[in-house]
Amino acid sequence: MRSFKLVFRADRCKGCELCRNACPKGVIGMAPQVNAKGYHPACAVNQEACIGCQSCALMCPDGVITIYQLEEGDQ
Amino acid sequence: MKPIFEYTKGMTDMPTHYCPGCTHGIAHRLIMEVLDEMGALGKTIGVAPIGCSVMAHQYMNVDMCEAAHGRAPAVASGIRRVHPDKIVFTYQGDGDLASIGTGEIVHAAVRGEKFTTFFINNGIYGMTGGQMAPTTLIGQKSTTSQDGRSKELNGMPIKMSEMLASIDGAVYVERVALDSPAHIRQAKKAIRKAFEIQKKGLGFTLIEFLSTCPTNWGMTPVKALDWVRNNVMPYYPIGVIKEPKEAEEA
Ligand SMILES: Cc1ncc(C[n+]2csc(CCOP(=O)(O)OP(=O)(O)O)c2C)c(N)n1
Ligand code: SF4
Ligand code: SF4
Ligand code: SF4
Ligand SMILES: [Mg+2]
Repeated sequence: MRSFKLVFRADRCKGCELCRNACPKGVIGMAPQVNAKGYHPACAVNQEACIGCQSCALMCPDGVITIYQLEEGDQ
Repeated sequence: MKPIFEYTKGMTDMPTHYCPGCTHGIAHRLIMEVLDEMGALGKTIGVAPIGCSVMAHQYMNVDMCEAAHGRAPAVASGIRRVHPDKIVFTYQGDGDLASIGTGEIVHAAVRGEKFTTFFINNGIYGMTGGQMAPTTLIGQKSTTSQDGRSKELNGMPIKMSEMLASIDGAVYVERVALDSPAHIRQAKKAIRKAFEIQKKGLGFTLIEFLSTCPTNWGMTPVKALDWVRNNVMPYYPIGVIKEPKEAEEA
């Protein structure tokens, strides 16, 4: 099965939750701590469930999310 | 590990000043993704408006120019005529395009100017604090329609895309929405089509984006997307309003 890794540039995140709302697999949550802007940034709370559909990144207005597909040998 | 989604290099790395969840950021990204995929970042000139997107030239990684409120179509007409080999676009809000700049956009379409307009319809004057726009829906509250817009007092919300599509010089007009991943994918295809038609020199092209203003609508960003789906789309249906014959065949 293909697996994916999400990387969030938390310093850019405005905590709008559009990514969390769009995710069909409940992968994304909001961090309890705030970033330098004062927002609770999005983070992956259930990375293993990610299907790489990109819905979260398509919805993000702020260029926070990069999605990687893991290849053989990746951790 | 290979990236399957990365923030486009068509955008500068500068964080935007937009409010959390404002879909201006999605519209910016889509336009710039398309230009990057077309290899056209160095061959494009954009014109930014007055409105919340007044700083678009700081975020979009192409040559840009700033126009006075509503006058972007006049500026873009000049640029495209002097640089017929460049891709030229305007990026304009509904206050900018449908109110103070109505004359400019209509006559750019009448002249069949060969640039593309991206019309960000969020139904409100965002930048100035949430006044009623020509596109504000009936019953929608704003600082200048505190009991909701009334047909009696203010008339019906203007359908700019349908109106502009009735003009001969406008060859491609489509309305898209930014409320869901599926609609965002559709929006990107429409942007590509508009630029391809522009490159063929067929005439004026316009994409209207149904966008949000969570701040002045007084909603969370997620609720604002629901508002677009439940309230804006029924009055402003998405889809192709006009396209050239060859695009239909393609
Ligand atoms: C000649 C002139 N008149 C009025 C204004 C004030 N003004 C600035 S932005 C704006 C409306 C912006 O609304 P819109 O175009 O819908 O953009 P949004 O902020 O909603 O994206 C107005 C009336 C101005 N800057 N210049
Ligand atoms: S790629 Fe799809 S499944 Fe993975 S986090 Fe984003 S929205 Fe959820
Ligand atoms: S959509 Fe982007 S800005 Fe909004 S919470 Fe998610 S990562 Fe942060
Ligand atoms: S005021 Fe409205 S349109 Fe302007 S940045 Fe904020 S949410 Fe976006
Ligand atoms: Mg507006």
